[in-house]
Amino acid sequence: MAPQLIGQPGTSRAVVVKGLRTPFVKAGGVFGSLTSLDLGAAVVRELVERADIDPAEIDQIVFGQAIPTLLAPSIAREVGLASALPRGLEAHTVSRACATSIQAFTDVASAMALGVSQAAIAGGTESMSDVPIFTSRPLSRALVKASRAKTLPERLRAFAGLKPKDIVPVPPAIAEYSTGLTMGESAEKMAKENHISRTWQDEIALASHQRAAAAWKTGVFDAQVMHVPVPPAYTSTGTTDDIVRPDTSLEALAKLRPVFDRAHGSVTAGNSSPLTDGAAALLVMREDRAKALGLQPLGALRAFAYAATDPGDQLLQGPAYAAPLALDRAGMTLKDIDLVEMHEAFAAQVASNLQAFSSPEFARKLGRPAPLGEVDPERLNVHGGSIALGHPFGATGARIVMQALDALARRDKSTALCTVCAAGGLGAALILERV
Amino acid sequence: MASFRTEMRGDVAVVTFDLPGEPVNTLSPAVGAEFSEELERLGRDEAVKTVVFTSAKQDFVVGADVKWLGSLRSAADGERASRDGQQGFDRLAAFPKPVVAAIHGACLGGGLEWALACRSRVASDAPRTQLGLPEVQLGLLPGAGGTQRLPRLIGAQAALDLILTGRSVRASKARKLGLVDEVVPPSILVDVAVERARALASGTDTPPPRRSPRETFTRAALEGNPLGRRLLFAEARKQLLRKSGGHYPAPERTLEVVREGLEKGMEAGLRAEARAFGELLMTEVSARLRELFFATTALKKDTGVDGAAKARPVRKVSVLGGGLMGGGIAFVTTEKAELPVRIKERDDSSVGRALAHVRGLLDQRVRRRRLDRRGMEKVLARVTATTDLSGFHRADVVIEAVFEDLTLKRRLLAEVEAATGEDCIFASNTSSIPIGRLAEGARRPGNVIGMHYFSPVEKMPLLEVITHGGTDPSVVATCVELGKKQGKTVIVVRDGPGFYTSRILAPYLNEAAHLLLEGADIAAVDHALRAYGFPVGPFQLLDEVGIDVGEKVSHVLHDAFGERMAPPATMATLAKEGRLGRKAKKGFYRYDVDGKPVDTSVYASLPGGATRVPFSEDELRERPVLLFLNEAVRCLEEGILRSARDGDIGAVFGLGFPPFRGGPFRALDAMGAAEAVRRLQHWQERKGARFEPAPLLRRMAERGERFHPDG
Repeated sequence: MAPQLIGQPGTSRAVVVKGLRTPFVKAGGVFGSLTSLDLGAAVVRELVERADIDPAEIDQIVFGQAIPTLLAPSIAREVGLASALPRGLEAHTVSRACATSIQAFTDVASAMALGVSQAAIAGGTESMSDVPIFTSRPLSRALVKASRAKTLPERLRAFAGLKPKDIVPVPPAIAEYSTGLTMGESAEKMAKENHISRTWQDEIALASHQRAAAAWKTGVFDAQVMHVPVPPAYTSTGTTDDIVRPDTSLEALAKLRPVFDRAHGSVTAGNSSPLTDGAAALLVMREDRAKALGLQPLGALRAFAYAATDPGDQLLQGPAYAAPLALDRAGMTLKDIDLVEMHEAFAAQVASNLQAFSSPEFARKLGRPAPLGEVDPERLNVHGGSIALGHPFGATGARIVMQALDALARRDKSTALCTVCAAGGLGAALILERV
Repeated sequence: MASFRTEMRGDVAVVTFDLPGEPVNTLSPAVGAEFSEELERLGRDEAVKTVVFTSAKQDFVVGADVKWLGSLRSAADGERASRDGQQGFDRLAAFPKPVVAAIHGACLGGGLEWALACRSRVASDAPRTQLGLPEVQLGLLPGAGGTQRLPRLIGAQAALDLILTGRSVRASKARKLGLVDEVVPPSILVDVAVERARALASGTDTPPPRRSPRETFTRAALEGNPLGRRLLFAEARKQLLRKSGGHYPAPERTLEVVREGLEKGMEAGLRAEARAFGELLMTEVSARLRELFFATTALKKDTGVDGAAKARPVRKVSVLGGGLMGGGIAFVTTEKAELPVRIKERDDSSVGRALAHVRGLLDQRVRRRRLDRRGMEKVLARVTATTDLSGFHRADVVIEAVFEDLTLKRRLLAEVEAATGEDCIFASNTSSIPIGRLAEGARRPGNVIGMHYFSPVEKMPLLEVITHGGTDPSVVATCVELGKKQGKTVIVVRDGPGFYTSRILAPYLNEAAHLLLEGADIAAVDHALRAYGFPVGPFQLLDEVGIDVGEKVSHVLHDAFGERMAPPATMATLAKEGRLGRKAKKGFYRYDVDGKPVDTSVYASLPGGATRVPFSEDELRERPVLLFLNEAVRCLEEGILRSARDGDIGAVFGLGFPPFRGGPFRALDAMGAAEAVRRLQHWQERKGARFEPAPLLRRMAERGERFHPDG
């Protein structure tokens, strides 16, 4: 099969010029008073400042979040306006659950390949400190009915059938709409069906923390992570990811109790990604435009693929479906890949994805003659992953892209595979290469 | 050429004021006559049932032509001109067909008096729309019926507030005051005015809304009876005397005139208004204030360079140092100039303080309803901060506001030059370091300049732009333009120790210290100079800026200019004792008790101790002021100043020199150069060479010349 590259190398191919993110911070932490919009605007504003380009060069901003901000549903547009970019900068909002900013990135890359964009900002933001709280269905129906009523008695009648429990606010569930299972329950299910041991999960978590801690210590993140002074007092500043635990150990992780199946489970708070606040953004350009402006790109998008599996089956197995497609489109095999960045929703999911990569049985299920192959653990998430760094849903994709390109440069390697699993049984895979 | 265009909309005549060849509409007798004629014609025309009056300019009417005011040579002329204006508006008010004013943009002075004489007023909701009676700022009062019609429309208390302060209000506030009847978007302003005119003509208009009970009560209690009125006026008088220090006659006359009208009727009030107008017009105070008005107007058009050099576009400003000065500069850059600004500070907590400072100033604007929350977010979004030089590359102007240290500033200059483009301007906000010395180490000295802001930046109106010999003229023009956009009054001065403002202030402060050494009382000195018209006395000022800072500057100037700038040793002694002024809560005054009394413990450090010697107020005033004026003349003579006008503006807006004296050069003109030389020589004989008259002043005295030939 001939490769299906996205854009022409040297001209219409999309390159990442710069990436930047806020620190990823535990929900309710230093960013507790900020909204998704605040975080998104802060990172975009600073990204454009640091790139030192004329903001008028940018012709599009694509941004998203997994849980929408109801007061500013067109978040991409609001981020553009709130970051003092030109008022005429076109924008659209995307959503692909945890792969949202991967979607933002491939959207702008596709537009560039088609020749309809020259330079764009792609990214995502999430504040788990500022999630929308809903009213129950009966109460919201009553409120809508009351708002349409013409007389006071009619208005009061709208609330007649409500029960006390209908008044209680409803927080958003991180559960599958179609199956009712939460993410954690799905991970638990995968651990059991794929026979992923608790030890393997804890080892993945430990590696994530150790590598993230080492990366922070050696300054890997200094240029990727901005400091965010927190308004209105600005007396506190978000400077560093606060979930990373340099001192954690297998023993400490082993002590944690399973959360989703207390009796027979293996998924714990320690081997899962936590609820996180943060935002990340990429400055993406057509390769020819970046050259014309004298900018040195970090790397290019070679190919991408999205895939889906039945959410009732193994919800977070999406990457195992998307990665082979992306490699095919890139005209590559796993052997051609130097580094793998895999989003860690749960260690059980990472293990399941890796197992599927190398499983002949899974390859048969896909109708492929052979599995992709083993991923060398030394090449996987070399600077840590979402378990240690945190996982602000909308921002993780952009974080993975900038982290992969930076890791390639540091090791003087050329190709990376990035994967993200997402709600709904979705999977995303990117093939990146240095220019 | 006709100033008015009339267009019929059915039976409504829409009269548009469009003064030919002028950017704004102003009032003069010629305009008045033309309007009266047009009004008469409309009165005769049976097809016209009603009239709408509006403007074709960006503003409604900005007031009387101030130049024309200057052509009135006597109080009688002024009174007559006022009577003519009053009668014109009386005719308008008595016009049998209803007239509606459609107001967009500034509606000031005579413009508002015009609108007040109309039956009804509709205003646009644009921020540009401002209504007010600013005559007091020119030492005058509204002379075309304003002092009578405004209190009758909105009540004496609200009217006095507007007339005595000269402040203008936005449309929404005007609506609340009852000054206008309706506020609508500019796009439908004239249409709504036309509708309203028709409704008035047919008697189907809706009456204005009733006042709130509270308002009705206050008005009845304070204004409806003689006792309440007396109380109101007594209180107003007390307040304005406290503010004006008795130097400005206009507010007091205004009170009299408004009261006359309320007690003896409109006609008596109008007569009193005209008389007061004529008399005020002839006062020195009004003459000086009008000269100052012309000087600032001229300065607004001045590019700051004599040649044809043009300002370069400024798209982005960076500020080094986000302290009190840097934060203030960032604020005026984003809020007034609406430019993106990037602040560099040394660490996160300093960055936080800088951002908090800018936000604090914006919060104040929000609290005062000058800005809404969303507007604030927009302004704030233009401010970013960093601890390195990232994001500086595209800066067109970098303003440094770091500690006053030449080595530090030079190092920063080198770093900035390496991080920015070829055209990037490096402006130093220094008050004492010579710009030429800074530029010596520069790779691109032509781009190095001084921008001396005054503290607090968001309040102080003056900006001194300082050029060294090699500063590129386009760099000067760019910084002048930027300063104006930041809302500043900008003067360009040549590099030299103390530039202009600090230099003329130094001998003045030194002299106050000499007086102190000779035994004068601190409060007496300060009182004498406040009586001259300075907002604070020299010792209060030293407490504010810091005794150590004053001491440091005076040494720089002593080194540069020798004996005549030698500071008495007192200051150094006091500074060494930790007596630094308000910031240390220990200065010439006490800051630990109410009322800020003089800290008499100062005297212990002085020869003579607590026993103070009585001085005449004349001497306490004259010695510091003469040195101030004399040094200003030296600055003009040496080419530090480009003109006497700049010197006047700089002293008034930068140092609080009394506006009603018009500035040092106007004050010298009023006094006469010969008299000034005589007084200087008088003190020279007694106190020494520091009183030696400036050579230029002596020449002017010999030739009987003035610094401002126009006056």
